[in-house]
Amino acid sequence: MKKYDYLLLRFGELTLKGRNRAKFEKAAVEHVRALLRPYPEAKVRREFGRIYVDPGSGQAETLIPVLQNVFGMTSMSPVRAVKPELDEIIRAAGELLEAMELKRETTFKTNVRRVWKDFPHSSQESNPLIASPLLKRFPLLKVDVREPELELRIEIRDQFAYVYGEVIPGAGGFPLGTNGKALLLLSGGIDSPVAGWSALRRGLEVECIHFHSYPFTSEKAKEKVVDLAQALAEYAGKIRLHIVPFTEVQTSFTQMGQDNLMITLMRRAMLRIATKVAEREKALALITGESLGQVASQTLPSMNVIERATELPILRPLVMTDKDEIIRLSRRIGTYDISILPYEDCCTLFVPKSPTTNPNLRIVNKVEAVTPNLERLIEEAADGTETIELFAGGSRSRSNQEGEESPANPDWF
Amino acid sequence: MLNFDHAASTPVHPDVIRTISEVTEAHSGNPSSIHRGGQAASRLLERSREVCAAALGVQSAEIVFTSGATESNNLAVKGMLLGRVDGRRHIVTTQIEHASVYESCRQLESFGFEVTYVAPEADGTVRPERILGAVRKDTALVSVIHVNNETGAVQPVEEIGRQLKRRDARVRFHVDGVQGFGRLALGLNAAGIDLYSLSAHKIGGPRGVGLLVVRSGVRLFPLISGGTQESGLRAGTENVPSIVGAAKAFRLAAEGQPERAERMNLLREYAVREVRKHKALTLTEPAHPAPHIVHFTFPGLKSQVILHTLEELGVLVSAQSACSAKTEKPSRVLEAMGRDRAHATSGIRFSLGDGHTQEEIRLLSEALEQAVSRLAPFEGRKR
Repeated sequence: MKKYDYLLLRFGELTLKGRNRAKFEKAAVEHVRALLRPYPEAKVRREFGRIYVDPGSGQAETLIPVLQNVFGMTSMSPVRAVKPELDEIIRAAGELLEAMELKRETTFKTNVRRVWKDFPHSSQESNPLIASPLLKRFPLLKVDVREPELELRIEIRDQFAYVYGEVIPGAGGFPLGTNGKALLLLSGGIDSPVAGWSALRRGLEVECIHFHSYPFTSEKAKEKVVDLAQALAEYAGKIRLHIVPFTEVQTSFTQMGQDNLMITLMRRAMLRIATKVAEREKALALITGESLGQVASQTLPSMNVIERATELPILRPLVMTDKDEIIRLSRRIGTYDISILPYEDCCTLFVPKSPTTNPNLRIVNKVEAVTPNLERLIEEAADGTETIELFAGGSRSRSNQEGEESPANPDWF
Repeated sequence: MLNFDHAASTPVHPDVIRTISEVTEAHSGNPSSIHRGGQAASRLLERSREVCAAALGVQSAEIVFTSGATESNNLAVKGMLLGRVDGRRHIVTTQIEHASVYESCRQLESFGFEVTYVAPEADGTVRPERILGAVRKDTALVSVIHVNNETGAVQPVEEIGRQLKRRDARVRFHVDGVQGFGRLALGLNAAGIDLYSLSAHKIGGPRGVGLLVVRSGVRLFPLISGGTQESGLRAGTENVPSIVGAAKAFRLAAEGQPERAERMNLLREYAVREVRKHKALTLTEPAHPAPHIVHFTFPGLKSQVILHTLEELGVLVSAQSACSAKTEKPSRVLEAMGRDRAHATSGIRFSLGDGHTQEEIRLLSEALEQAVSRLAPFEGRKR
């Protein structure tokens, strides 16, 4: 038996006012649909600034954790839809309260809205008619009409009466993509996926770029980044991941006899390549997982020199966040266990024991000017990018790469 | 031949056979190889892990693939006690475990560990309070079978797990889930289960694959060393095609559980009515019987005689469990339930599978009737 008939999704006032309202709502509905792609039976309906999700023959409960990832959604409620009759409403309300498993005294009120005027009791009359049998049945309930902990809402329409009480917090932020598109530099570490999630939550459409130095970095390292991007796709519905063949660029710096500047040079090259890819993909900013002072390349003098390699704004959602907090977020969004897999990524290759924390821009400029063919190598790396599209629920498609031999057939599982 | 011995091994699901054959053909890589062929095999393995985890409501990292439930049980019991560093050296288990748990405990006893074997009630069910009553300060592990493979008695593992965790969360709880999975619903989280053994060939998968769920934070000492496969808990190249097939079988078994239980319960009730018709037979009646097992004894005759008579009549059944059927000793499980020698040596088990119909139960009961009338004159005589 189904416990709930619908899920009701609410969006903050912020997103619902002004000229952008329609755009926001549309983005939110699209995000809901993308997240529900693995649940083809679920139906989505938009009504008066709210979204209703009908689970079809599935259980609404299984969709709750999925829909908690809808950005811009402030909260959601599981809803029962019953015949607009007093007995039915009371029974549904009783079942909802039962499912909540009250453990302590809880203040509550009912809030009836009669939209269908042929219902025999007015909104005012209905409140005590519904509340009193519930109070009798659930001795832990105490009435408080001013500030109840639990507000049981009943909306009576001619086809159905909707009954709901539980309010489940949502992810907040802005509906996906309503703030434009940016390109995330995704390493295999803990920080960058968290930065990506923060950007998604704030209404950015995110594409990812990863630098791969095969064979110095392994196929496993690349697979790990695909898994991280997949984890982000579970939130975004879809993620495009651009994988840059970085070997030539990176090895060219090792010939320059400036090992202590290795990271600075490498990061600047990454920004240049990312800028080209961002322009191609019409992304208006770069996102990084940098957190001030965390490593040599993330000191203020390093950031200052590195950032000059691009004209695009660099968004750093985690720049002032402590590592503990970043780890906590990464566990919450489910990327931590992937991030800590031990495959080396290109950021740690050819890195000297004590890289500089205070690079000199003039020297960096000179080294770059004399690195053979640097401009061409950067161009080639950007052009040789392989793009993978990842979708919520696990499917993926590839471009720019010869087909993998005997791919896994989903029917096998 | 009518196969009523599905608790010993089920036929392999046709889709699973196809999976195994296609994967065998397309992927010969070693999942530990870092080249493409190896990585493709590795991805299949990890996808299988995800599928099994989803079927069980756990994390993929908590699934360890093994060669079968016997290995899973060995790893759970011996691995737990050998891996314990807090000085706890005591196990509580029951007298009605599968031999792989029972013998593991016996082995540990020979190394100086201590084991309490809790007796079941006369109906074959172990009472939670008797398990809890046997738990000591130095108890490391409680191991209880979910459904006894011989009698089909469902053990109150949810209740045991809940009470155990309330009493002492550092005691680990292992459940041998082989006969229960796919037939009964069991939430590993709600039941406080730390270790859970399964076998693929009891639910339409291939022989040679099982798994052990090892909940995160639970430490085991590996019994097979020589590689980092399966998070270091089980060295050796993984049997990729069979694991992929097993993952499919586990998924199908979990998805079909409610409907399967309902269907089998009806067939079981029918078979039970037929057994009851015969005065010579004593039906074993657990308080909670599993949907797929009917067990009875025919005192005065040896199990093997009954088994082979039924075989001649076209019906395959089992005497004791398949793993101990070759011995002539009285059943350890029936003796633990207080049955005398006449009963404990004459147990017969029918076990139902997915394909069975009312009509087949009718044929089974006809065969049973013939067997009983053929054998009744020999009751109590020596051979």
